[in-house]
Amino acid sequence: MKPPPFTFHDPRSIDEAVGLLAEKDNAKILAGGQSLMPMLNMRFVLPDDVIDINNIDDLTYIRDDGDALVFGGMIRQHEIESSDLVAQKIPLMREAILQVGHRQTRNRGTFGGSLSHLDPSAELPSVSMAQDATITVRKRGGARDIAMADLPMGYMTPSFELDEMVTDIRVPLWPDGHGYAFVEFARRHGDYAITSSAVLLDVSDGGKITRASVTVGGVGPSPLRVTAVEDGLLGETGSAELFTEIAEKCRDIDAMEDVYAPAWYRQHLAAVLTRRGLAKAFSRASNGTEINLK
Amino acid sequence: MSDRRTICVNINGKAYEREVETRLHLADFIRHECLLTGTHVGCEHGVCGACTILLDGKTARSCLMLAVQADGKEILTVEGIAPNETELHPLQQAFQDNHGLQCGFCTPGMLTTLLEFLDENPDPTEREVREAISGNLCRCTGYQGIVAAALDAAKRLQAGT
Amino acid sequence: MGAKMFGARVSRLEDPKLLTGRGGYTDDMHLPEMLEAAFVRSPHSHARIKDINISDALKHKGVCKIYTASDLPDYLRNTTVPFQVPNPAISQPFQQRLLEDREVCFAGEPIALVVADTRYNAEDAATLVQVDYDILPGAADCKSALEDSAPLCHVDSPNNEGAKYKVGYGDVASAFANAHLTHSEEFWIHRGGGFAIENRGVVAQYDELDDVVTIWSATQSPFLVKQNVVDMLGWESDRVRVIAPDVGGGFGPKTIYYVEEALIPLVAKDLGKPVKWIEDRRENFLATNMERDQYWDMEIAVDADGKLLGVRGQMIHDTGAYMPWGIISPYISATTLPGPYVLPSYELETFVALTNKVAVTPVRGAGRPQAVFAMERLMDRAADKLGLDRAEIRRRNLIQTEQMPYALGLIFRDGKPMTYDSGDYPKCQEEALRLGDYEGFRHRQEQARAEGRHIGIGIANYVEGTGLGPFEGATVRIQPSGQICIYTGGGDSGQGHWTTLAQVCADKFGVGVEKIDVQKGDTGKIASGVGTFASRIAVNAGSSVHLASNEVRQKAIKVAAHMLEAAEEDMDIENGSVVVRGSDLSVSLSDVARAVQGMPGFSLPGGVEPGLEATHYFSPSQSSYCNGTAVVEVEVDPDTGHVDILNYSMAHDSGTLINPFVVDGQVQGAVAQGVGNALLEWMVYDDNSNPVSTTFAEYLLPSAPETPNVDVTHVESPTPINPLGVKGAGEGGTIPAAAAIISAIEDALSPWNVRIAAAPLTPSMIVNQVRAEKAVA
Repeated sequence: MKPPPFTFHDPRSIDEAVGLLAEKDNAKILAGGQSLMPMLNMRFVLPDDVIDINNIDDLTYIRDDGDALVFGGMIRQHEIESSDLVAQKIPLMREAILQVGHRQTRNRGTFGGSLSHLDPSAELPSVSMAQDATITVRKRGGARDIAMADLPMGYMTPSFELDEMVTDIRVPLWPDGHGYAFVEFARRHGDYAITSSAVLLDVSDGGKITRASVTVGGVGPSPLRVTAVEDGLLGETGSAELFTEIAEKCRDIDAMEDVYAPAWYRQHLAAVLTRRGLAKAFSRASNGTEINLK
Repeated sequence: MSDRRTICVNINGKAYEREVETRLHLADFIRHECLLTGTHVGCEHGVCGACTILLDGKTARSCLMLAVQADGKEILTVEGIAPNETELHPLQQAFQDNHGLQCGFCTPGMLTTLLEFLDENPDPTEREVREAISGNLCRCTGYQGIVAAALDAAKRLQAGT
Repeated sequence: MGAKMFGARVSRLEDPKLLTGRGGYTDDMHLPEMLEAAFVRSPHSHARIKDINISDALKHKGVCKIYTASDLPDYLRNTTVPFQVPNPAISQPFQQRLLEDREVCFAGEPIALVVADTRYNAEDAATLVQVDYDILPGAADCKSALEDSAPLCHVDSPNNEGAKYKVGYGDVASAFANAHLTHSEEFWIHRGGGFAIENRGVVAQYDELDDVVTIWSATQSPFLVKQNVVDMLGWESDRVRVIAPDVGGGFGPKTIYYVEEALIPLVAKDLGKPVKWIEDRRENFLATNMERDQYWDMEIAVDADGKLLGVRGQMIHDTGAYMPWGIISPYISATTLPGPYVLPSYELETFVALTNKVAVTPVRGAGRPQAVFAMERLMDRAADKLGLDRAEIRRRNLIQTEQMPYALGLIFRDGKPMTYDSGDYPKCQEEALRLGDYEGFRHRQEQARAEGRHIGIGIANYVEGTGLGPFEGATVRIQPSGQICIYTGGGDSGQGHWTTLAQVCADKFGVGVEKIDVQKGDTGKIASGVGTFASRIAVNAGSSVHLASNEVRQKAIKVAAHMLEAAEEDMDIENGSVVVRGSDLSVSLSDVARAVQGMPGFSLPGGVEPGLEATHYFSPSQSSYCNGTAVVEVEVDPDTGHVDILNYSMAHDSGTLINPFVVDGQVQGAVAQGVGNALLEWMVYDDNSNPVSTTFAEYLLPSAPETPNVDVTHVESPTPINPLGVKGAGEGGTIPAAAAIISAIEDALSPWNVRIAAAPLTPSMIVNQVRAEKAVA
């Protein structure tokens, strides 16, 4: 299990990096390495060129844009975890990041890497989907923005081209006091979840749900917004009965399956976790009103 | 044609300059180029944690980095934890006193992981310790001695400061 | 005189070296001019090889030589792994060839060996070796493999039945005819592999001057490796030395001998340079032996009081494509089933199925966890049907102390009638129940249910034959420097032999353990040995150290008596010196050792033989039987299927304890492996027998948050079988774990009347059962 031969590049600027991407036909970008390196060691990928972007300082920031937080593609998961700004403005991301892998992998793993790898049950793509993030990708001579909803093209396949790389992620903020919950079920602590549910709610003073975002990970080929659940929540008053009933709609999602987790089980978990996520998020949005799911 | 570079890595306070293939992973560099064999390789796909080192003070799985990525950086491995040739670090001593190791193969990764953790969480709960080492597999101890050692080390380290 | 070492909670002598990165494992060897090897292995579970072409691979940078079957010396082309443990029940004892070039029978079977300057280049070249396969269907599931329509595991064999045998005693038919109640059920029990964190590895070096090949192998059994190298390669025994250096975990699979352990020395000698092969994790998943599936179709008969009348049934065992360890695992399974209970009649027919998978050989517990799972499920079923408490039905059936020694009526794998030598089973169960607060549990359960939490309690008992022969020897030698050294044959893979064997020896010379050096796992240091497996080192090597130490002690006293002109009966050994009691006369062991080296031209003092040393090879007359009870409390989330182990209590009787600290660690670690077997570890194959779970992201080992603290209490029933009264302690924790955990899960889910007949139990299996029962209700 040793990496195959390749030519190594470590550009110092984004221009240099996208220039290499443009020139090399069979290149791979090495970000945090937590997914690419195992694939190299197992020789599941055989690139001719590896472009290490760890020395590009421009990609390691978190910026407050007022209505959004903007992240450099190489921001490390641990930096997100320890950012007060994130904890304060995107509490969903903070809750999710604590469930990403292990400390050693969060020290290296990056936001941009996670979006490029696009594992269907990874936490950061789910959060990006839930928050309607916009991803900026650059190539030689240009940049473009991709709405998170348009990023997944299929199982672990982002829609950007081979000569493009993720440079920035813009995550719009929800108003202060919104409800949030990131709940997932994994076999062991730190494993990729079998299924996750990311919930965002705005709740009026009277307890009515005015805005909802529900994203299920690990069920479809990529994180999915469950609009049937979102639509059913709008204008309703949060209650255990409502959440239990509405979360059942997750069973209609077309689900993947493998030997470890059959399709029905992923759908079932999606319903259970969404129900729990809704209760938790609603409670947070309404000053701790307990929703007793029995 | 192999792609080679000369790199210089500071490990445990000593500079190691070597010409290496760029595809060489960091764990192999540490073990077979620098002959610091205390860092172990258990899976080479980033799950077992035996190869965990401290890179510029932060834990990293050395099987998931290329050696060339460590050029100019500072690394601490298990060989660099004890204060001198004859004494053990309080964390190491706590491992011996609590039967925190059996075969010793996962131990280097456990120690480096816990060094970072105890530095940030000087007074952890048992649950926090268990989550902190959740990325390090041990097949011998059932973790009980390791967890006891970490909690004991936290006390020793606090008493020592 | 210092504190008594035997029985004390002594911290380990091994630790400082391992804690500072100064251990020496196989991959830590760096020899001048050393070459590295990589294997070309079959990617298919079953295929005919039509052609192997190495020409492109040979041109790759750094490649030194590539070996296929046709590159081996003629006499080795068809050599197979020696058949270690024959048994008349085995009809098709297939064994693996060194390198295969005709028919590969499991994914991972070695076809070519590439030797290059670096492992990286060797792996590159291995990918360039072109093998043309004719892919064949594979025998996958062991139950289906026995059906007439199944694909054949080996194309030239008549069927996939590797062995068949029956064990039993008593009148089973009338037991069932007269039963108050019977219950039948089929169980599927899957056990995974050892998965030591260190993979296997071999380094070999040929010394032309001495004409000796030295082999360093990450093995539990250096003497078995040596025997097999000698047998397979036809080399002279005194031209081979095998050393097990520090070994990073064993758990059974490193007991067994593998083809790589012959190939690497063969090519090292051929090339005249040291060669290293370190198994990587993918190879470990493919080519290191493991345990897998057993199906138990069983029936139990009890009377109205819940007393056992009989158990009968059939078992199917998946043995893989080859049988290097014969039928040891399934045979142990078959003979473990009766456990600690008075079982008047028993009959089990076992079918051993050949499948296109890597060989099955013992993993910690060695077939016992499966048998205990089957028996304990049956006990739970009988209890439930009779409305008896699950602990109570067990209590009513336990063998009582006054029945010891208890002849079971079966023949064990050591060929001896199974006779439980000692043990207090009622006390063990009572202690475990006390430790787990079994009595208070129903109250806890009511409270939890009121809060909407589902907790449950489970119990399981077991008896385990440990300390198997033939022998494990020890030499105890006092050097002229005064240094006390122990040499023994079994390797250490984490058990702490240095410390525990030193503890056996230390008191004889009135010294602390730190004064004693233990050198183990080196065929160059002691004439004979066996290995570290079957929970046998404390019993065998421990007893040998005890006997050899006594002899050295007697000799030291005899010589000292001569030197000091005192009577032997007035003498003692304290702090490393022989003293005359009630006087200040003494002579150090160092001086005694020098004296028995002799002086040129003079006779030895007291007419003794030279050297202050003795060697013993203790051979037990039979196994000593360890036993224990596990009581487990769990919480289950019926919505997700998540299981949280809240409490784990274990009463464990391994006889006299040499070091309770070390034994506790053995039990805790063994339990963790049982947790894996109950809930996580599953080696998955597809329908064509190709392995699916080949990374640690798919095959799940328990990590710290999933693993419980284990409350261990020791009941000490010394065995009369050996002079120390010790029994094996390495496997007991694993054996009842899956049975107890799954019993507890059933109890937690009793509102749904869930019945579980499988292990490992995945969360989706739990949810599936809950939902099925819900639908019925």
